[in-house]
Amino acid sequence: MRKMIEGSRAVAEAVGLCRPGVISAYPITPQTHIVEELSQMVADGETDAEYVRVESEHSAASVCLGAVAAGTRAYSATTSQGMMLMAEVLYNIAGMRLPMVITGVNRALSAPLSIWNDQQDTMAIRDSGWIQLYAENNQEVLDMHIQAYKIAEDDRVLLPVMVCMDGFVLTHTYETVDVPTQEQVDAFLPPYDPLYKLDPADPYTLGAFAGPEMYQEVRYQIQQDALGAKEVVKEVARDFQAAFGRWYGDVLDTYRCEDAETIYVAMGSVIGTMKDWCDARREEGGKAGVLKLRCFRPFPQDELRAALARAKRVVVLEKAITVGGHGILAAEVRAALYGQRETPPVHGAVAGLGGRDITFETLDEVRHRAEAGEADFFAGLRRAVVEAM
Amino acid sequence: MAATAFTYEGTRGFLPGHRACAGCGQAAAVRIVMEVAGPNVIAANATGCLEVFSTPHPESAWGVPWIHSLFENHPAVASGIEAALKVQGKIGDVRVLCFGGDGATLDIGFGALSGMFERGHDVAYFCMDNEAYMNTGVQRSGSTPFAAATTTSPAGRRSFGEDRPKKDLPAIAAAHGIPYVATASMSYFADLRRKTKKALETRGAKYVQVHVPCPPGWGYDEKNSVEIGKLAVDCGMYPLVEWENGEVVRVRKIKPIPVEDYLKPQRRFRHLFRGEAGKAQIAKIQELADANIKKYGLAE
Repeated sequence: MRKMIEGSRAVAEAVGLCRPGVISAYPITPQTHIVEELSQMVADGETDAEYVRVESEHSAASVCLGAVAAGTRAYSATTSQGMMLMAEVLYNIAGMRLPMVITGVNRALSAPLSIWNDQQDTMAIRDSGWIQLYAENNQEVLDMHIQAYKIAEDDRVLLPVMVCMDGFVLTHTYETVDVPTQEQVDAFLPPYDPLYKLDPADPYTLGAFAGPEMYQEVRYQIQQDALGAKEVVKEVARDFQAAFGRWYGDVLDTYRCEDAETIYVAMGSVIGTMKDWCDARREEGGKAGVLKLRCFRPFPQDELRAALARAKRVVVLEKAITVGGHGILAAEVRAALYGQRETPPVHGAVAGLGGRDITFETLDEVRHRAEAGEADFFAGLRRAVVEAM
Repeated sequence: MAATAFTYEGTRGFLPGHRACAGCGQAAAVRIVMEVAGPNVIAANATGCLEVFSTPHPESAWGVPWIHSLFENHPAVASGIEAALKVQGKIGDVRVLCFGGDGATLDIGFGALSGMFERGHDVAYFCMDNEAYMNTGVQRSGSTPFAAATTTSPAGRRSFGEDRPKKDLPAIAAAHGIPYVATASMSYFADLRRKTKKALETRGAKYVQVHVPCPPGWGYDEKNSVEIGKLAVDCGMYPLVEWENGEVVRVRKIKPIPVEDYLKPQRRFRHLFRGEAGKAQIAKIQELADANIKKYGLAE
C-alpha cells in the first residue's frame, strides 16, 4: 500500500512487518521518531514484540543480544553517541554470531556536539563484523530492513546487519513509500529458527573465552563468513526484486556510468542530489556518472573494480573522516583499485559534516578541485570561519 | 567425620572439573545455587573469575544453557533473555539466573543492574562478593572493605589500605522496591540454599549478594574458606539480612565476636596488626561492625 509517511515511520512499519520478538532502544535524536512509532505500535497491539525500555544504548544492544541468543528476533536503533556507547556490545554481537538488525541513524560525533547528519558514527563501527548497508531514500530504507533480517539470519552469514540512514535527511522526511503486506513479508522472511540458542532442553555454553590457541581461528572464520556474505547480499537483493518488484542495486548501483569519464562515489541520501547534479553535468556535456555504494561491509572490492574499470577519474565524496588520515571510503576505494594495470586517480572529498548541506555548488567545487589534481580535501568549507578561529 | 563419596547428583547445572583455585568460595557458592536451581534455568554471566574458570573454550562446566557477553552488561543480557522467554511463553517454566562478581555488580555493571531492577525483570541475580577484582589480580572494587589492602589500595607509609567503607548495594537494591533482596554467605550453606530457593520462587527481580571468601585474594590458608566466611558474619562485618519489597523482614542473629578474630588470619589486613596506628583502624572497623549489629538488630 502506498503511503505518504515520515522516514522513521517507514522504518517502524518495516520492523513491525519483520515480527521481532524483542525491541530495545534508548532515545537519542534523530533516532527518536523510529522508537516512538514502535512504542505506539506495541502499545496499540499492532505488533506482539516485548519493548524493553532500557537505561542506556549499551543495555539496549545487550538486551537484544540476550534475546537473539534465546532464539528471538530482535531490533534496536541508535545514532551518534549512542552508537559509540554501544560499540563494545556491537563487536560482541558480531563475534558471538548473533544475527539481529539495528538501524544506524547517521549523525555527527561530539565534540563539538552536533545532532545533525554525517556518517562518522557508523563508519566508526566498520571494523566490528557488522554488515553495513547504506540507503539512498525512504523506500530503500524500508525495503532494506526486510532484506537485512534475511541476510543476517542466513546460515551462511549469521552476522548482524546495520541499516544506515541519514539522520533528519531521511528520518524526518515525508516521502511516498510502498508498504508491503504482512503476507508478502511473511512469505519472504520465515520465522527466526536459529541453529543454536539458549534452551534448557538442549543446553549450550555461549560466549566462552578463547586462548591464543583458538582466538585467531575464530576471527578467521568470522572474516571468511563476512566476505562470503557479499554473495548473500546480492542473492537477497535479487530475491527481493522477484518478490516485491523493487531493485536498488545489490552491493552497489551505478547511474550513467557506462560511458562516464569521471565517476563520483558516495553512500546514503546524498546520492539523490548527486544524480540530479550528474544530469546537469551531462547537459553541459560533462561525462559524469554516480556510483552508489550500498554495502560498505563486506567491502565489494571486485565489484568496484569492475564498475570503475573504464573511468578516467574517480572522486569519492564522504561524510566521515579518519582524523589525521583522510577520507575512510576514499582510502578503501584506492586500496580496491591498487595493483591494476591502469588505475585512475582517486580523489577524496570530505563534505557534509555535522549537517552541512551538500549542494550543487559543493559538487561543482568537488569537481573543480579534483580536476585541478587535489588528492584529499574538505569541500563546502567556510574559509572565513576557519580564518577567524 | 566420615568422608562422603562425591556424586554428580544434584550438580547438573555446575559440574566439577573447572579451573577454580583450591578453596574458592565462589565455586562452592555457585554449586549450591545451581543445586537448588535445577536444570530448567538459563544463566547469564559477567566477565570475571567464574566465567574464566568455568568456560575455557572448548570446555565448559555448565550443564545448563549459559551465556557470557561482556563485563558490565549481564543484567541487560539477562533482561533480554527474560523478554524473549516471555514472548515464547516459556517464562515461569524456565528461570533466568544472572551471576556477577562484586566489581561487575557494584561498579561497572551498576547502571545495567539498576535498570534490570527498575524494569522488574523476572531474573534472580547473584552477586558473588569476594570484595575485589580477583580475576585481574586483587585490585580494589566498590565492595572492598575499609582498610583492606589490595594491589591498587595497598598499605604503605601513608596508607592503611582501602580508605572507604564497602558500598551498601543490598540497601540500594532494596530501595528499588524489588520483591526480594538478601545477603548470604558461602559458609552458611543451609541459609544460602534457603535464600536461593526463596529467590527462585519469587516473581520479579531478585538480588542475592553472597560473601565468597577468596584464598589468594584475601591471603589465608585455602582449607579455611568456610571458617573465614563464618567469622565475617559472626563479627557483624557481613550481616545476613533479607528484604521484601524494600523492607527488612529477617536477619540472621549472631553472638558477636571481635572483628580482630576475622581480620587477623587474613593477609589483606595484616598491616593493621603491626603497630599502634593500626589499632585505630581496627577500632574503626569495629565501629562499622557495631553499626551493622545495631542497625539490623543482629545480636542475640
